[in-house]
This record gives sequence, C-alpha cells and structure tokens, in this order.
Amino acid sequence: MDDLYRAIADPTRRTILDELVKRDGQSLFELCGRLTMNHGIGSSRQAISQHLEVLESAGLVKVKREGRYKFHWFNGEPLKSISKRWPAN
Amino acid sequence: MKLNGYSVMVDDQAKALRFYTEILGFQKKHDIPLGEHNWITVVSPEDPDGTELGLEPDAHPAAKTFKAAMVEDGIPFTSFAVQNIAAEHERLESLGVRFTQPPVDYGTVITAVFDDTCGNLIQIAQETPES
Repeated sequence: MDDLYRAIADPTRRTILDELVKRDGQSLFELCGRLTMNHGIGSSRQAISQHLEVLESAGLVKVKREGRYKFHWFNGEPLKSISKRWPAN
Repeated sequence: MKLNGYSVMVDDQAKALRFYTEILGFQKKHDIPLGEHNWITVVSPEDPDGTELGLEPDAHPAAKTFKAAMVEDGIPFTSFAVQNIAAEHERLESLGVRFTQPPVDYGTVITAVFDDTCGNLIQIAQETPES
C-alpha cells in the first residue's frame, strides 16, 4: 500500500499516468516526448525510467515486451483499494 | 562545410536497399562493391540531388548492442520529413510496416516512429505551422 501512495504522490508520475490513459502501450521515447511537448517536463530519460520503475512496483504500470520493443501500460486495479478503504459514498 | 549525407546502420544491405526503395520510396543513388560490403546510398525522389542516406553495415560488434538498446526504448535513430503524416502512416501500415508510435500531434509537429526491419527505428515528422 505504501508503494501506491508514494507512487501517486509525485506530480511527474501522475502526469505519466495521464499520458498513458490518453494512449496506452507507449515506448519510453514516446512517453518522454509527450511529457516534454505536452507538459514542459524536461526530465532526462533516465529520470523518467526511474519514475516508471516506481509506478511499476506499485502495480500502476505494466511493462510488456513485444519482440525487441518494450511498452508501458496503465493498470488502474491497485487504485480500487483506495476507494475500498475510504468509500466515496 | 555542408551536410550532404548521413547514414543508418543496417543488418543486411540488400534487405535495407529493398526496404528503403520499395517500401519507403527512396531512389538508389550509389551501389558500389567495396570488398565485403557495398557503398550504398539512396536519395529522396523529391530531391534527387540532395542529401544522400547511406545504408552502412552494422558489422562493428558494438553496433548491434547500441541498436538493440535504442529499439527497446523506442528511440528513433534518425528522422525524415513528410508532407502528410496521416497518409504516410496509413500507406506504410498497409505495406506491413510496424509502427512503435502512431502519429502524435504536438501542436507544431506531428511525429510517428516505425521499424525499418534492419534493426532501427525511424521517425517521420510533419511540421504543422500554427494557423
């Protein structure tokens, strides 16, 4: 659970999730392009890669290899635990 | 000093020449045997006297490692300019070209990334002047 809260506490990581919701299954290159061009986030590829590792360990991003490519997919499943713990109504 | 040529490192020169001419639509400019490999360049039919693209063998041991790492992260080796990226994307996909990034609109430019089947990703870009 701590992993989940830590993962979504960071604004860059929330923006990564926003961009994956717009289009799922992105390469690191595409994600970095979107963060830079759409949000002015100029972090290095290495920094974004580390953010993705945090999101992956929280279960919010799944990494799938397709042949020689590596794509990142959004997984909202862990977020259900939040509304389960604190029901909205 | 001016820029008259650049190159991509390909895993098979004959296959690369087919892909870059028959699929992408460039024209062969040079194909000269030089020992084990050939010196091959292609040009754009829109600018046959312009910049040449060399199809260089990736025979150096470090080249394949470098290329694989770039491809894994979706990073294109170089970029070509297109007039109509939507039409180009559709045309290339219909010819079986694999895109790792479909056209994405960044406001002043639309980019897409495809696999050249020779171990590289290539970006195509359409500039979209602000209206």
